[in-house]
Amino acid sequence: MGVVLQGQAATNVEVPSAENQLQGSARSFLGYLSRNRQMIVGIVMLGGLVLFVVLGSLFYDTSKYKPLSVLPGRPPSAEYPLGTDQQGRDMLAVMIVGTPLTVRMGLMAGFIGVLIGTVLAFSAAYYGGWVDGLVRGVVDVGLTIPTFLVLIIVAISIHSAMTIEQMALVIAALAWLWPTRTIRAQVLTMRERAYVHVARLSGASSLKIIFFELMPNLLPYLAASLVAAVAAAVLASLGLEALGLGAVDSPTIGMTIYWVIFYGALLQGMWWWFLPPIIVVVVLFMGLFGLSAGLDEWANPRLRKQI
Amino acid sequence: MRLEYLIRRLVLFIVVVWVAATINFILPRLSGGNAIRSQLTQQAAAGGYVQGNIDAMVAEFDKEFGLDRPLWQQYLSYMWDISHLEFRFSMANYPMRVSTLMANALPWTLALLGISTAIAFGGGMLLGGVMAWPHTPKFFTRVLLPPLLTLSAVPYYMLGLVLLWVFAFQTHWFPIFGAYTPGTIPDWSDPEFIKDVGMHMVLPVLSIVLSAVGFWALGMRAMMVSVQNDDYVQFAEAKGLKGKTVFYRYAGRNALLPQVTALGLTIGYILSGALLVEIVFSYPGIGNVLYRSIKAYDYFAIEGIVFGVIVSITLATLMLDLLYPRIDPRINYGKS
Repeated sequence: MGVVLQGQAATNVEVPSAENQLQGSARSFLGYLSRNRQMIVGIVMLGGLVLFVVLGSLFYDTSKYKPLSVLPGRPPSAEYPLGTDQQGRDMLAVMIVGTPLTVRMGLMAGFIGVLIGTVLAFSAAYYGGWVDGLVRGVVDVGLTIPTFLVLIIVAISIHSAMTIEQMALVIAALAWLWPTRTIRAQVLTMRERAYVHVARLSGASSLKIIFFELMPNLLPYLAASLVAAVAAAVLASLGLEALGLGAVDSPTIGMTIYWVIFYGALLQGMWWWFLPPIIVVVVLFMGLFGLSAGLDEWANPRLRKQI
Repeated sequence: MRLEYLIRRLVLFIVVVWVAATINFILPRLSGGNAIRSQLTQQAAAGGYVQGNIDAMVAEFDKEFGLDRPLWQQYLSYMWDISHLEFRFSMANYPMRVSTLMANALPWTLALLGISTAIAFGGGMLLGGVMAWPHTPKFFTRVLLPPLLTLSAVPYYMLGLVLLWVFAFQTHWFPIFGAYTPGTIPDWSDPEFIKDVGMHMVLPVLSIVLSAVGFWALGMRAMMVSVQNDDYVQFAEAKGLKGKTVFYRYAGRNALLPQVTALGLTIGYILSGALLVEIVFSYPGIGNVLYRSIKAYDYFAIEGIVFGVIVSITLATLMLDLLYPRIDPRINYGKS
């Protein structure tokens, strides 16, 4: 911590004072960031992953992710930095192509989930009455049923081979339950704040209150629950794919794990086949958890003193 | 008042089971066509498990479930079957019933899940409590926290792959797959057999425990930090009680309660993870049966297993909820 603070002081000296306001607020954000270590860990991990994918697709021949494009079963060497799998895929190319695919699935499902969750939560918390009763009932029942098992039934009911987008939609079908519950609780506490009462008394419409009074204050919280929803969606996609219920033709991280189990990579001692996807998953999840915890702290300043 | 809560909780349980059963009924029928014939054909194409007698099997299934009847009649008879846990035939292992498949696999899953959750939960509580305790040396937390955080970011089954590779393939300390050495006859009175089963269980349990313990430890640490500032803990310290007593009986006891709630909420997540661990270790539990059924397009088996697991988890959550007042005497459902 001390080192970080020193670094902060050094940048303060270099930047001339009395700059425009934008730079000032950027600097205060950086100053805050240096105190929010979880957020730094999250951003560094995710940034590293982005860098890996961007540099990889610029400087590496990613067409070798296809089966039978290279010699199968080679350990890491100068020619194949991460080796090749048994079906003749270059593992480095698979990681460069597969990481964004897996993240895209998570982002799509997580985004849809939080969007639906936000709409439902606001309707429930703001209008109350039977709307609230219905939403709460559906969420209570839905959260009692283990999501992953329902996803298995959904995935198996779709007979044709799935695409990445279909996978994302399948996961999104249940990704809204948790955001709905947490956002609703948050809106309920905000609804009774003084500034909302003032707005209501001064004759603002419901929509205006929702979009101009509640939403801006909820934004950091929504961001945190989006990150958490993305992490949950990625986890669900990995699990479904490992069971063989994924997009079979896509070189995603989960499908790589499926092939590892299917072809018994362990039995053949091919550690370079299963270690790269696991490392990508760990970096991705640590990044998402860090970012989520960091955003949570930002949204909820009372957490700052604790822990 | 207590009764009212009990009834509400039971109604929720029934609704959940009903919803799960209905999802199970509707989803496969949304795709249209004769589900049985298409599944059987796919199955035959995929693995050749069924040869030639597809027509006979379709006729048998149609007669058994009356698939030519109107949908509402089918729904009612399906609900009747479900209500007394009458599962259908497995398609890959015809004429074995899905309930038999599950009954053979369930004990292994329960043992794996029970042992690993007990160790992870108990260990996590202790670690988290110690990490938050002000008298604990600082380096303890500093050394322990990074690996715990990293491990909890790894899905159980991926950790399982790494453990399997290191401790079974490289060092040969533990067996590679299964629940006991293939070829031995299960005999629970033989200590050698029990030792064998234990050895086979170490790595699967370890992969769940190592990944889950961080989650519980971090939750407990946060709870302990907030409990420590409460008046009763400071009073206990001011009274001059022993550190151990304050730790276990004052702070720990109270920080434990939200963790039990969390256990109820995450039990489904833990189980989904454990099912995947079984696949990695070829452990003969529910997860493995599910994996093989998916590979063989054994739709009825998948349906039955998923439904069975949903019901058991809902039941476990219900029991935990009803036990909760015993753990936390302050809670007195609805008495206000």
